[in-house]
Amino acid sequence: MADVLKKATREAYGDALVAIAEEFPQMVVLDADLAAATKTGTFKKKYPERFIDCGIAEGNMIGIAAGLAAADCPVFASSFAMFAAGRAFEQIRNSVGYPHLNVKIGATHAGISVGEDGATHQCCEDIALMRTIPGMVILNPADYTETQQAVRAAAAHNGPVYLRFGRLAVDNIFGDDYKFEIGKGVQLTDGTDVTIIATGLMVGEAIAAQKALAAEGISARLINMATIKPIDADIIRKAAAETGAIVTAEEHNIIGGLGSAVAEVVCESVPVPVVRVGVNDTFGKSGPAKELLKVFGLDSDHIVAAAKQAVALKK
Amino acid sequence: MLDSTTKKQLAIQACKVRMGVIEGVFNAHSGHPGGSLSITDALVWLYHKEMNVDPTNPKDPARDRFVLSKGHCAPALYAVLAQKGYFPEEELKSLRHTGAMLQGHPDMKGTPGVDMSTGSLGQGISAAAGMALATRFNGKNYRVYTILGDGEIQEGQVWEAAMFAAAKKLDNLVAMVDNNNLQIDGTVAEVNSPYPIDEKFAAFGWHVINIDGHDFDQIADALAEARTVKGKPTAIIMKTVKGKGVSFMEDQVSWHGSAPNEAQYKQAMEELSAALAQLQA
Repeated sequence: MADVLKKATREAYGDALVAIAEEFPQMVVLDADLAAATKTGTFKKKYPERFIDCGIAEGNMIGIAAGLAAADCPVFASSFAMFAAGRAFEQIRNSVGYPHLNVKIGATHAGISVGEDGATHQCCEDIALMRTIPGMVILNPADYTETQQAVRAAAAHNGPVYLRFGRLAVDNIFGDDYKFEIGKGVQLTDGTDVTIIATGLMVGEAIAAQKALAAEGISARLINMATIKPIDADIIRKAAAETGAIVTAEEHNIIGGLGSAVAEVVCESVPVPVVRVGVNDTFGKSGPAKELLKVFGLDSDHIVAAAKQAVALKK
Repeated sequence: MLDSTTKKQLAIQACKVRMGVIEGVFNAHSGHPGGSLSITDALVWLYHKEMNVDPTNPKDPARDRFVLSKGHCAPALYAVLAQKGYFPEEELKSLRHTGAMLQGHPDMKGTPGVDMSTGSLGQGISAAAGMALATRFNGKNYRVYTILGDGEIQEGQVWEAAMFAAAKKLDNLVAMVDNNNLQIDGTVAEVNSPYPIDEKFAAFGWHVINIDGHDFDQIADALAEARTVKGKPTAIIMKTVKGKGVSFMEDQVSWHGSAPNEAQYKQAMEELSAALAQLQA
């Protein structure tokens, strides 16, 4: 059953664009020659007249998106995370962020799990870049269900949103009763010894880690943090106060991403140990995605070890 | 050909806008007078004669749009917007001041009449193309105008946008290039030549018109011609004089981004006042 539901969040993105198309009749979808990979091609197939291919020119695509949004047409603009957040950073900052326009950036192929394409395409810096833009909302959903809801929430949100999706198929974690809300973390399990806060692809690994820790007698609270900005400070402070130690898990550089966002909240309110699991300030490599996740320490074993380290730091 | 009354009226409006530029930059102790003065005539024509805009309804979804891609020439845009009635002319004196409405570069959120926030070169033309494209989805029928600097077109994004606008057949888009031939580090030819500008736009699939950017007849004719062009955007290459209208600023690169001192301010205002008096005589 789980295998049947295994889909990449980029697949969910393409499906979600189609699902919301009638709800937002002036919505336009842009891509930069990657529609087949980002899955905006799913939307293109159903609504060809509302899909514009900008070609391999990401900076201009963001400007086109800004102009469309300034003329009352909300936009989803897509490319790989590297070329959206990376190459077009300044266009996003100045043409979208500063005027706070209704542009949603659907960035796929984020992180190490891009796999064989290697370092030039494995963007582990996008959350850090986007976090520094005032007013930017950053969403990093964990599975198909959450992505569907995150895309709809992004469309309904007034202002820029950066959505981060993966290439790799992942298990569907959440049922139909799941409720995603921008700015809200979701507690998946309660716990008393340590809190694991995970985002995106690492939520599945964190669930496995929580179970492994329980088997060893360590009670871990687990929080899915799909919104990186604005970060849910309340749920972090509560976790810090009640469990006294935090582990973060993300498929992103440990500098500037979820770990940094959580540490900032913790340091300024309820100082407790924070141990970050993520890409350890290094570039990626080529290889099958699943092997790379192990090589770069992005798996449940590393979360378990980090949780033990965080618990030890409490004493 | 425009009649002499209309031409005189436009020249008076342009002269007053130039005084607004000098007033703003002098009071700010900074800013970009040279390029502001070279685009003044085009802006006066656009806002007073060409564009369907209403200062009492600056966000009208059906309005024509203007994007100042060379955003550093905001002093000229602000002066013409004030003249048109979007906000009091008194605001020009607080240009670039702390807490003032008029930012160093155009801010669409804070200033009535500004259609796009610009300042980082190369980005405005993309936004203008996006606005032009939007008429296919928002059910409106407006035109979009943008002014670029001749140095600005060294930015690669300008050519990404040029390729896009032609490929998507955006015939409601007009890009005007302020070819005053000077940029911060020298002449555009010396720094990194963009010439021949007209042939480049033509090669990208645009309808191209070369004009004298200070001749209202030629500005009027070029924009009228642009309205008749179907299936492609229009580029108007305007030969202009940087610092136009203030003798000591004309064709001087040093006035790209510096403000006049007290004596220079007085001289500039005297020259412009004399020109205005002559026009009004």
